[in-house]
Amino acid sequence: MSRHTLSVLVENKSGVLARVSALFSRRGFNIESLAVGPTENPDLSRMTIVVDAESQPLEQITKQLNKLIEIIKIVELDGEAAVQRELLLVKVRAPMAERTQVLQTAELFRARVVDVNPDTVTLEATGTPDKLQALLAVLAPLGIKEMAQSGTVALGRGPRAMSGAGTLRPVERTA
Amino acid sequence: MTTTPNEAPDSEAATREAAAALTGVETTARSVAEAAAQPVAGITGAQSLVRSLEAVGVDVVFGIPGGAILPAYDPLFDSHVRHVLVRHEQGAGHAATGYAQATGRVGVCMATSGPGATNLVTPLADAYMDSVPIVAITGQVPSAAIGTDAFQEADIRGITMPVTKHNFLVTSAAEIPQRIAEAFHLASTGRPGPVLVDIPKDVLQATTDFTWPPRLDLPGYKPTTRPHGKQVREAAALVAGARRPVLYVGGGVLKAQATEELAALAALTGAPVVTTLMARGAFPDSSPQHLGMPGMHGTVAAVTALQKADLIVALGARFDDRVTGQLSSFAPEALVVHADIDPAEIGKNRKADVPIVGDAKETIAQLVEALRAEHEAGRTPDLAAWWAQLEDWRERYPLGYDWPEDGELSPQYVIERLGAIAGPEAIYTSGVGQHQMWAAQFISYEKPGTWLNSGGLGTMGYAVPAAMGAKYGCPETTVWAIDGDGCFQMTNQELATCAIEGIPVKVAVINNGNLGMVRQWQTLFYEGRYSNTKLHARNADGTPKPVRIPDFVALAEALGCVGLRCETKEEVDAVIQKAMEIDDAPVVIDFVVGADAQVWPMVAAGASNDDILAARDLRPVFGDGQV
Repeated sequence: MSRHTLSVLVENKSGVLARVSALFSRRGFNIESLAVGPTENPDLSRMTIVVDAESQPLEQITKQLNKLIEIIKIVELDGEAAVQRELLLVKVRAPMAERTQVLQTAELFRARVVDVNPDTVTLEATGTPDKLQALLAVLAPLGIKEMAQSGTVALGRGPRAMSGAGTLRPVERTA
Repeated sequence: MTTTPNEAPDSEAATREAAAALTGVETTARSVAEAAAQPVAGITGAQSLVRSLEAVGVDVVFGIPGGAILPAYDPLFDSHVRHVLVRHEQGAGHAATGYAQATGRVGVCMATSGPGATNLVTPLADAYMDSVPIVAITGQVPSAAIGTDAFQEADIRGITMPVTKHNFLVTSAAEIPQRIAEAFHLASTGRPGPVLVDIPKDVLQATTDFTWPPRLDLPGYKPTTRPHGKQVREAAALVAGARRPVLYVGGGVLKAQATEELAALAALTGAPVVTTLMARGAFPDSSPQHLGMPGMHGTVAAVTALQKADLIVALGARFDDRVTGQLSSFAPEALVVHADIDPAEIGKNRKADVPIVGDAKETIAQLVEALRAEHEAGRTPDLAAWWAQLEDWRERYPLGYDWPEDGELSPQYVIERLGAIAGPEAIYTSGVGQHQMWAAQFISYEKPGTWLNSGGLGTMGYAVPAAMGAKYGCPETTVWAIDGDGCFQMTNQELATCAIEGIPVKVAVINNGNLGMVRQWQTLFYEGRYSNTKLHARNADGTPKPVRIPDFVALAEALGCVGLRCETKEEVDAVIQKAMEIDDAPVVIDFVVGADAQVWPMVAAGASNDDILAARDLRPVFGDGQV
C-alpha cells in the first residue's frame, strides 16, 4: 500500500462529509486521515483525505468522489510538491524531577507548552506525520497521559492554487 | 430544461396525447410550461412544488399521500398533473421506473415521511443500479421536529445517499423550484439516475413566491458528453485492424437513444453484436449480426465470441460480473475500447486500452465517421474467418429447451409463444429469476424500450408495477408483465391500481410453484435439497397438495382483473389471444408450468466463461481451431 493525499474542494453544505465518508466505506476504501475546514471562499470547504491505496484503486476512488455532485475538484498532493502538516496535543507526565527532560524534548521538536500543572505538561506540536511520530517516540518513555492528533492538512507548494487562475491540474476526470 | 435531452420528440408527443386521452385533459407541454412559468407571489411551498412539477413537464406522479406530504396533495388535486394512487410505495417507485424506461422521460413518485419514504428505498436502489431517471418527492416531518424521533420520521436523505445519484433536503420554501429543477436535470443528464427531494411539512406550508425558470446551482456537476476525438480515432484504428471484434452493447445505448447510430456502426463494421440484459432491443434480434445476450445465461455464441475476441468495443456497458464471469479469465486476448458516459465505469472492472468518456449517441456517431476514414484509407478488416467460427458456434449451440419429462407445461414454450403472438411492438416487463432469463432469451426484441427489467439490483416484484408505469406512458402499446409466482406475490396489489385507474396491463404468471431460480441452484449446487423454495401448498412429505394457494385466477378477479388459466400446451395460444383481445381491464393468465425446467446455457457463479455449459452436463467443444 502507499499513502496518497487528496485535497478535495467541496460545496460548503450539510451532509457533504457524510456523503464522502459513506462513499469510502461502501466502496471498501480505507481513510487514513480526514480533515475538513473552511477555505478562502465561504461557499467551499476543503477536505484533506489521506488514503492508503495502490494506483488503480486510487483512480477508482477519485472517479467515484468526482461523481458526488457537491465535489468541485480533487487534486492529489504529492509528498515533495506539497506542504503537509498535522497538529498534535500531547499531555505528558512531568513531575519536577523529569520536567527538564520534557521541556528539552519539546524544544528539540519546536513544540510549545500550552498547559502546565504540578504533574503534567501539555505540548502542542505541528509537523509532518513523521516528525510527530518521532516526537511521540521520545515522549513515550516519559509517560503519555493523553493525546489528540488532527488529520493531515496540506497545500501544494508554489504559486498555483486549486481554484482561480493558474490552477493545479485536477486528478483526471476522464480515464 | 423541460425533460431529458435524450428524449425523442415523437415519443414526447405520443406520451402527451396518451396522457390527455387518459386524463381527459387537453393540454400541451408548451402551454403548461408557459402557464407555470408565470411568477406568482404569496403561495404555499406546496403550491410552488406543484407548479414546479408542471413547469418541468411532469404529466403523472405515482404515489400515496400521508401526514407529512399532505400539504402537497391539496394543490395536486387541482393540477393537470395526474396522480396515480398506488397501493404500496414500492409500486410507485417501480411504476416511475417503468414509465421512464418506456418513454425516455423522467418518472416521478411521491410518498410521505418515514415508512412511506423507506418503502421507496428498493425502487430507488433499483433505478440507481440500472441508471433510470426518476425523481422521488418525499414529505418530511416539520423542520423543528427533525432529529427528535418524531412520529413517522426517518432520515431518508441519509438512508438513500448510497442509492441515489443525488438527494436534497429542502430547508426553505423559496428553494423549491430550484431544487425540483436541479433534481430533474441531475436525473436526466449525464449518467441518468434517481434523485430524491425531501421536503419538511412546514416548508410545504410556508408562504413563498414562485418564479420559473430557477437558476441551477450545481458547480460540481459537469458530465462529459462529447467524446475525445483522438480517443475515437484510436478506437476506429483498432476496429479497422481487428480480426475478431465484438460490439458489446449495454443499457447506455438505450439511455442515450443511440440505436440508429449503433445500427450504422454495426453495418459499417460487419462485426458481431451482443446485447446485455439491459440492452435487449437496442439491436434487432432478427439481424444476422446479432449473437444474442452475453453473460451467465447468454447464448454460447455471444459468450464465446467475447471470450475469444481480439477486440471488444464496449458501448454503454459496465463489464458486470454477470457478463464477465470470473474476471481474471474473461476475454484474455481482447483489447478493450470502453465508451461510457460515466468515467468511473471505465477501468473499474476491466482495463480499457482505449477509454472514451461521452454520451453513447455522440460517441458512436463519431466512431462511425472515424471508421469511414479508416475504410477510405484502405483499412478494412476481413472478418470472414471470424464469422465462419461464429456461425459454427451459433449452429451447434442454439438456444433451446426440452419439453419437461413430467409432461407438464414448458415455461419456455409459454414465453416463446407470448413473444410470437404479442410481437415486437409490445412492451415486455419481467420480474427476476428464471422467467426473466427465458423472457430475455426466447422473445425476439426488435425495438428499443420494449424490454424492461431489473438488471442490476435484481428486484423481484418489479414486473407488475413497472408494467403499470410503462402502460401509463404508452397507452396505445400492449404491455405484458412476465412474472414468476414468487415475484407476483410481492407486488400484485398494484393490479388493483391498474383496474381502478384504467391501466390495462397484461400479466403472464409463469407459475411453477417455486422460487424457480433458487430451486435451479439447489438442484445444481445443493444436491437437490429444496430448502424454503416451495411456494405451493404441500403435504408433510413435501409433495404438492391439490389446492391452489393463492388461486391466481381468483386473486386476479378479486383485484378487478380478468383471470385466466392455462395448464396445457394446446391452450397456450388461445389463452394469449383471449388476453390480447381484452383491452378494458387488466388481465392475468396463470400459466401452471413444470417446476423442473432450467435456464440454459449457464456459467456458474464465479466460474470462467470458458466453462459455459450449453445444457446440463454439456460443455461445448470449442477446439483449438482459433481463427
